[in-house]
Amino acid sequence: MKSFIDIVYLVPLFPFIGFLINGLGRKQLSKSLSGIIGSGVILASFILSLLIFNETRAEGFTAVTVNLFEFINVADLNIPFALQVDQLSALFLLIITGVGFLIHLYSTSYMHDEEAHHYARYFSYLNLFVFSMLILVLGANYLIMFIGWEGVGLCSYLLIGYWFKNTEFNNAARKAFVMNRIGDLGFLIGLFFIIQQFGSLTYTEVFSQASGASVGILTVITLLLFVGATGKSAQIPLYTWLPDAMAGPTPVSALIHAATMVTAGIYMIARSNILYTLAPISQTVVAVIGLATAILAATVAIKQNDIKKVLAYSTVSQLGYMFLGLGVGAYTGAVFHVMTHAFFKALLFLGAGSVIHAMHHEQDIRKMGGLAKKLPITHWTFLAGCIAIAGIPPFSGFFSKDEILVHAFGASPVYYIIGLAGALMTAFYMFRLYAMTFRGTFRGTKEQEHHLHESPWQMTLPLVLLAVLATVAGFLGIPEIFAADSHLLEHYLAPVFAESTKLSEAHLPDHSTEYLLLVVSIVLIVGSIFYAWNRFSKKPETSDAEGFGKVLANKWYVDEFYDNIITKPLNGLGVVFNRFVEKSGIDGAVNGVGKSVQWGGRQLRLLQSGQVGSYVLWMVLGILIFFVIALFI
Amino acid sequence: MPINYYIILAVALFSIGVAGVLTRRNAIIIFMCVELMLNAVNLLLVAFSKMHYETVAQFNPASPIGVDAQLFVFFIMVVAAAEVSVGLAIIVMMYRNVHSVDINFLNRLKH
Repeated sequence: MKSFIDIVYLVPLFPFIGFLINGLGRKQLSKSLSGIIGSGVILASFILSLLIFNETRAEGFTAVTVNLFEFINVADLNIPFALQVDQLSALFLLIITGVGFLIHLYSTSYMHDEEAHHYARYFSYLNLFVFSMLILVLGANYLIMFIGWEGVGLCSYLLIGYWFKNTEFNNAARKAFVMNRIGDLGFLIGLFFIIQQFGSLTYTEVFSQASGASVGILTVITLLLFVGATGKSAQIPLYTWLPDAMAGPTPVSALIHAATMVTAGIYMIARSNILYTLAPISQTVVAVIGLATAILAATVAIKQNDIKKVLAYSTVSQLGYMFLGLGVGAYTGAVFHVMTHAFFKALLFLGAGSVIHAMHHEQDIRKMGGLAKKLPITHWTFLAGCIAIAGIPPFSGFFSKDEILVHAFGASPVYYIIGLAGALMTAFYMFRLYAMTFRGTFRGTKEQEHHLHESPWQMTLPLVLLAVLATVAGFLGIPEIFAADSHLLEHYLAPVFAESTKLSEAHLPDHSTEYLLLVVSIVLIVGSIFYAWNRFSKKPETSDAEGFGKVLANKWYVDEFYDNIITKPLNGLGVVFNRFVEKSGIDGAVNGVGKSVQWGGRQLRLLQSGQVGSYVLWMVLGILIFFVIALFI
Repeated sequence: MPINYYIILAVALFSIGVAGVLTRRNAIIIFMCVELMLNAVNLLLVAFSKMHYETVAQFNPASPIGVDAQLFVFFIMVVAAAEVSVGLAIIVMMYRNVHSVDINFLNRLKH
């Protein structure tokens, strides 16, 4: 073995083995053993990912394809089961296995109340999810990515509906899966177009031929792939599943719906960056939808009272920012934001889980307050996450979000202004959440107050580690204006985006404008933070919303809209088909065959009269017929 | 005599036999009709044997042509005798049980 990249197949294989052991042996394993196996395999993958990452940092490293076995080889189409290791996939490997391991560790304590076989089932699903996500980012062609794409959708369904005895949770899981699948249809049709145009699905082959294809077909392909991304990464119009997905356990929300699965769409577009750069219309569509989603979700988050729903809408909003970054050509910025978002959003979700754990499964922030002194570690780490997401230097969110906003300004100042408005709303609702949860006075019952305690080390250690990462990770991407040549992430990812960078004419604002934009955003955001902190510590919003606030609290009635326009007509169509086509038509035909056979049998039975005379008569007639046939044939 | 007369006689006897089997109710009469059918066939076979012999009688009086039909007649007679003995035994048993030889009482086959 020359290098660790040769054994890259072990990285997804470890979680798969963990899935098999915990899944098949769930009735035999004890809780601690399940937890150790489930977390241990992710740790093993993380260590291997670190070693692989180290090798990709070498000067002049080019993508390496590891062919595992022949998968589809038919006529002109050859799709091997191959994994590709380059800077982009190595970075995602680290994020997935690193944050994934911390969440597994957290889960060993958070899910402690479950019975042993359900506990093992949880870890087997989590491991299967990590396996699928790793396959998604490691694939060397679009089909392997699609296998992982579907796998994470499946695991999302399994994990959201983990507490399967609750019908509402099952509905949420089904909604997530169905909306994902709608996006997947677009993705599949895009794949078919790629095969038709390029004759292959392998990245290297498609991307090298990309410049030869017409803009029209590239626009069609990229738009269809983006439809898949809207489903997976919760953008307009397929985002409504994500807030409902909070029905699952909180570590699941942290892993799947904050750090990994929802970033699959961004990974896909970052991987296909050359296709998008060659189709400017698609880029505009991506940017506009991303921006619209960012604003829409931010407005809804302002009026939510469930701690997890605020974070869910925050995730949708931040994903909108990442797509905005991709749409204006800031590929590195978008991937940077994926990384920092994974850290601080996982941190926020795990912190919320710690609060929920302490409050004995209470999730309504109107019943919280003053938790800062009772839950110190949770409080300080959550505050770090809030500052990071708001975008205050030197925390990480500032660097990644501002890189996106600066590129957006370069594409059009309107993008910047709307994006900045969204950032102000982000700071506002996050500090509303923080103030109503941790500051002020406790508004819950005496029972709950009595039970408030800090969480065990398995839950607080990941919080601390993620808080450190959320604070310092920004220094991987120091922009030009502060120090020349210090954007480590941009150097690292340069080979992946090289073609796009060459083709796009990046009209970035000059340094003085950039300084101005940064200062303006910081000042406004700090103002927003102070306003929200003061207002909601003193006067938390305990009453129900009214007027325009009611529209926001009801999520702009989008769910009701979808229900009436799409779900009810489809259900009605189903009823029509059931009553007329199925019951009368198909059932009628099948049952009719049976009935006619029965009728025929009843008629034939009448032949058996028991009268010897009639038997002899039939015999003679039969002989006559035989004679006639024999004579004339 | 022309062969036609024998054929018509045999066919008539056979048809009477068939009609009797199908229509009569008394089991013994049915047996008689079966015998009638067999005898009609015997008659026809012997007639055909003679017909074949007549065609070569002038040239070769000792020719054995047509002898197989007469042999067949003997076989039929043997079979008829055996069948009658068995059949009459069954009818006797039937009479002992039901005290009648009417075949319409024999609808036990339905059960």
